[in-house]
Amino acid sequence: MTAEPQRRETYPPILELTLARLREFVREPEALFWTFFFPIVMSVAMAIAFPAGGAQSVRVGIAPGPGSDALRQSLSSAKDVVVKDVPPHDQLRALRNGEVHVIVEPGNPPTYRFDPMRDESRLARLVVDDVLKGAAGRQEPWRAKEDLIAIPGSRYVDWLIPGIISLGIMNNGLWSVGFMTVQARLRKLLKRLAASPMRRRDYLLAPVLARLVFLGPEVAVPLVFGAVAFGMPIRGGFISIALVAIFGALMWGALGLLMGSRARTFEAASGLMNMMSVPMWVLSGVFFAASNFPDAVQPFIQLLPLTALVDALRAVVLEGASLASIWNELAIMAGWTIVPFAIALKIFRWR
Amino acid sequence: MELAVRCQNLQKRYGDVVAVDGLSFEVRRGECYGLLGPNGAGKTTTIEILEGLLAPDGGDVEVLGHYWKTDEQQLRQRLGVQLQETQFTDKLTVEETLRLFRSFYNRGKTVEELLALVELESKRRSWVVKLSGGQKQRLSIACALAGDPDLLFLDEPTTGLDPQSRRQLWGILTRFREAGGTVLLTTHYMDEAETLCDRVAIVDHGHVIAEDTPKNLITALAAPKVVVHEGTLEDVFMSLTGRHLREE
Repeated sequence: MTAEPQRRETYPPILELTLARLREFVREPEALFWTFFFPIVMSVAMAIAFPAGGAQSVRVGIAPGPGSDALRQSLSSAKDVVVKDVPPHDQLRALRNGEVHVIVEPGNPPTYRFDPMRDESRLARLVVDDVLKGAAGRQEPWRAKEDLIAIPGSRYVDWLIPGIISLGIMNNGLWSVGFMTVQARLRKLLKRLAASPMRRRDYLLAPVLARLVFLGPEVAVPLVFGAVAFGMPIRGGFISIALVAIFGALMWGALGLLMGSRARTFEAASGLMNMMSVPMWVLSGVFFAASNFPDAVQPFIQLLPLTALVDALRAVVLEGASLASIWNELAIMAGWTIVPFAIALKIFRWR
Repeated sequence: MELAVRCQNLQKRYGDVVAVDGLSFEVRRGECYGLLGPNGAGKTTTIEILEGLLAPDGGDVEVLGHYWKTDEQQLRQRLGVQLQETQFTDKLTVEETLRLFRSFYNRGKTVEELLALVELESKRRSWVVKLSGGQKQRLSIACALAGDPDLLFLDEPTTGLDPQSRRQLWGILTRFREAGGTVLLTTHYMDEAETLCDRVAIVDHGHVIAEDTPKNLITALAAPKVVVHEGTLEDVFMSLTGRHLREE
């Protein structure tokens, strides 16, 4: 008002473009839903499927026959064992569906029927064997002392929540940036903007920056939810967590931009984005550890953008890792930001 | 006389299709120049080359004394552009859209002035998606005027508009002219060219087949019809090509 009367009534272009993105986004209720509720819904669903408190009980099926009553009695009095009668024709189905982990057929000796490819079945076999031999009067050479401790942050749900937050950062970055870009192209708005003196770099930077605004709640909501609902520990400081999240958001924004840089239809763009993201749902260790994959592919998996984000976020949240100890992941994310952005700027289709 | 646009022997082909075939014309400062012709005549391709959105395959283009190759950023600051079929963001308001476009220019009108210019003050807080066709087109013109341009490019500015909206738009353009602005427009409406343009080029199959003031063209080429009714540019086009300008 005083220094430059009437002069600066608009913000600089980069800010106006970012504001336009944000306005467009908050006026789209579905987008808001996906951003904030998806991570919570996912966490709850996972927490129900994989109960956090205590070990899962061993589910044992008992086949009918002489002696089955005695089996049932011994097993049902054991700790953490649930017993169920399974008629012979239903055995395979019950095993396949995980209703029971092992089926015990009475006899002398009894028969254990199970699939050794399933970890929980192998565990069930050991537990059943131990209980039945004990009941049969086995002499124990000694009994080990047990030192039971609970390590906070080591439960599946603790491990899962940072993974789901990373997944959210990926999805929101890819889809919101990629789709808005394709939409602007379809509506010939890109062409109109290209005819103005707008700097093209500003246009491409804006949606990536706009992503940062929603990043706060996007990360904080599921983190706080995890801490309150599941007692998940948050060991990292605010700055480290924020920095990792910012690196992740910039990276996925840049990748979304690249995916949307040439596509002329939503179908083409979503094909590209799925091709990029779906393998990472599996490979990057969101739901189960990436170390399950063979050593030969580990270097490749470690270089994937989602792996870097998931690993870095888990390290800072669950272990309170310092930024210095995750510089490797941060460097990978920086690479996945700068290179895709530069390529997008180069190959972007304005018409 | 100083030229706003000089366009010489312009060539552009898309694969086997020749869109522009040796097209030449000049627009003087301060005039309103019309490219008139049927769909597919090469008008849009021509204007997009002049706007620096397409590269020509051959020929020379000079806009406001500058070349696109060397002075792109400078040129864009001084041009106003309205394209066919631009759809602005649905869920931004009129005012927000104008503010965005205004921010790209170093100089220009205030958002308030722009709103007044295109008579959209009462719609400033409406989302773009709620505007009528005529209001959307006025917003498009306002965006084109945001940088107070010396030269305004309009590609079929009134196609699909109702008569009242057309007249409203013509009024906006007339005021822009009165303030010293230069206009280059394409149209396939005869009455529009006759009302707005100082000179028109009739374009067919990618080149100019006639160029003059609307009045001279009508006098020279549509004379036989004058007995029955006032000659129009439609008659001019028919006498030049044997076809109607707009095939219904």
